[in-house]
Amino acid sequence: MKILIIEDVPEMLINMKNSLEREHYIVEAASDFETAGDKISIYDYDCILLDIGLPDGNGLELLKKLKSEGKNDGVIIVSAKDSLDDRLAGLDLGADDYLPKPFHMAELHARVKAVLRRRNFDGSTVVEIGNIIINPENRTVKIADEEITLNRKEYDILMYLTINKTRLVTKTALAEHVWGDHIDQTDSFDFIYSQIKNLRKKLKKSTINLEAVYGVGYKLDVG
Amino acid sequence: MRLLNYTSKYVAILLLPLITGWAILFYFAMLDEIYDSLDDGLENQKFLLVQRIDNDTTILKQNDSKFEKHTYNFTPISKSSYLGFKESYRDTLMYMLNEKDFEPVRVYESAIAYGDDHYKLKIITSMVEEDDLVEDMVLYLFCLYLLLVFSILFMNNLLLRKIWQPFYDLITQLRVFRIEDDASLCIPNSNIEEFNLLNTTVDKLIRKSTESYAAQKEFIENASHELQTPLAISINKLELFLESNDLRENQLEDLSTIMDSLGKLTRLNKSLLLLSKIENKQFGKEETIDLTKLTLDIAADFKDLAAHKKMKINVGSGAVLKHTINIDLAIILLTNLIKNALVHGKREEQVQIEIKTGSWEIRNFSLSQELDRSSLFTRFKRSSNHKNSTGLGLSISKAI
Repeated sequence: MKILIIEDVPEMLINMKNSLEREHYIVEAASDFETAGDKISIYDYDCILLDIGLPDGNGLELLKKLKSEGKNDGVIIVSAKDSLDDRLAGLDLGADDYLPKPFHMAELHARVKAVLRRRNFDGSTVVEIGNIIINPENRTVKIADEEITLNRKEYDILMYLTINKTRLVTKTALAEHVWGDHIDQTDSFDFIYSQIKNLRKKLKKSTINLEAVYGVGYKLDVG
Repeated sequence: MRLLNYTSKYVAILLLPLITGWAILFYFAMLDEIYDSLDDGLENQKFLLVQRIDNDTTILKQNDSKFEKHTYNFTPISKSSYLGFKESYRDTLMYMLNEKDFEPVRVYESAIAYGDDHYKLKIITSMVEEDDLVEDMVLYLFCLYLLLVFSILFMNNLLLRKIWQPFYDLITQLRVFRIEDDASLCIPNSNIEEFNLLNTTVDKLIRKSTESYAAQKEFIENASHELQTPLAISINKLELFLESNDLRENQLEDLSTIMDSLGKLTRLNKSLLLLSKIENKQFGKEETIDLTKLTLDIAADFKDLAAHKKMKINVGSGAVLKHTINIDLAIILLTNLIKNALVHGKREEQVQIEIKTGSWEIRNFSLSQELDRSSLFTRFKRSSNHKNSTGLGLSISKAI
């Protein structure tokens, strides 16, 4: 999987690069409009993370250029400006997703995975982890060929933790992903725990374990 | 009281003594003139009578002291009386047949000599009835007063309304002026110096306020935008750090505190951006939304949180409530209100939502006392020390 990060802030770029490289993606980077323009015309990428607020040009122009050259790279717009206009313009121009800064790394991975999956670059339609098979298309989960019933939130939690199986997912990131942005002002994320508890019960027969990391979040432990 | 009526009131009050004084003066002047001409007439009659005596001396002997046949009478007097006689005019009362009442008459007394005889001559003439005159005058003057007051009122209304038109124009605009609307005033031109002064002053004031309002808005927006990237870097660095290290429990605790604070900063920043976006009207497309359905959907989203606090959200929807609004804003609004009711509500109590035609009401049981109504929608005004409260939720709701 080849991913191109177009981002002008060096620290931001390094963070994203490090995090994505841990997932064994091949990550390339461009930190200005021109380099980015050259790279997208010469090479093909499976997914491009595009910061539209570049100092020497608008990232949306790069998106236009990409589409005009008939390229089919997946594009996720990353922007410090969570503006409705940019979001609409970006999606209109053919971007796959729009991720406003600041975001959690877990969320970035989830979005990248979703784009790759949608474009079927993975080559398979199901996600396997331990003895669990998740089919994102019809949202079904099987443990050792036996289908189990999860409610919407349980499924979302499992999927999110699965995508981020190598990393620690913070409670905030999980809550925002599963319950939506609006949940983030509640006084604690303790209510997540009851869903996790139910999920654990349903996953008893599986070889994975939802491990709580003290005070911070959860981690998927593939046994 | 309106300025217009105010001046009219004073004019009316001032007119009353003015007209009364004028009436008294006019009455006496007129009476004086009437007496003068009556007296002249009586004197003229005396000369006419003296001429008649030459042709007809019988009139000297008619002895009609009650003036039943004529309006004159001769009475013989002694020479000494004649010499000492002083002409006089006086008023007296006489019974009038037509009026069947005593009416005032003017009596003229003089003395004449005819040959060696001397006579006292009395001539009478009917006089103006003063009580009637006063009555008439009062009536007419009262009518004049009313006429004057009404015409002044009318003129004032017409004139002042025209003169004050620019003022009312300005006030009408100021009344609906909202600095958030980014609309400028259409200041009318007037050829009255005071109004022009007022207009230019108001114009200047509003321009300045709008400018500083816009500058402040822009500042908040820019500051919020500029904060996003550093926040993202910090959060992501910490997340990477958490993943890559075998940390001790107390280290994890510290890191989670930092993460929480950064999370709070992010929320605060997002809320500020949202607020300026709403104020900048950056949410376009409005559509008719079924608020009842939306409420039920959002309430369902909060089921987990409610269950965690052992609370229950009851939605009582007796009516269909539809409203034309941007869907994102509607979601933010209802989410904010429902979330507030849960977060600030008492555990194990209920949150009641009532949807009626034209109203949407939410109620919860408070942890403390009633909220301060005056500062309810003020930014950063918090009723409690919730560590995750930004103090912007209700400001955002109000802006929407």
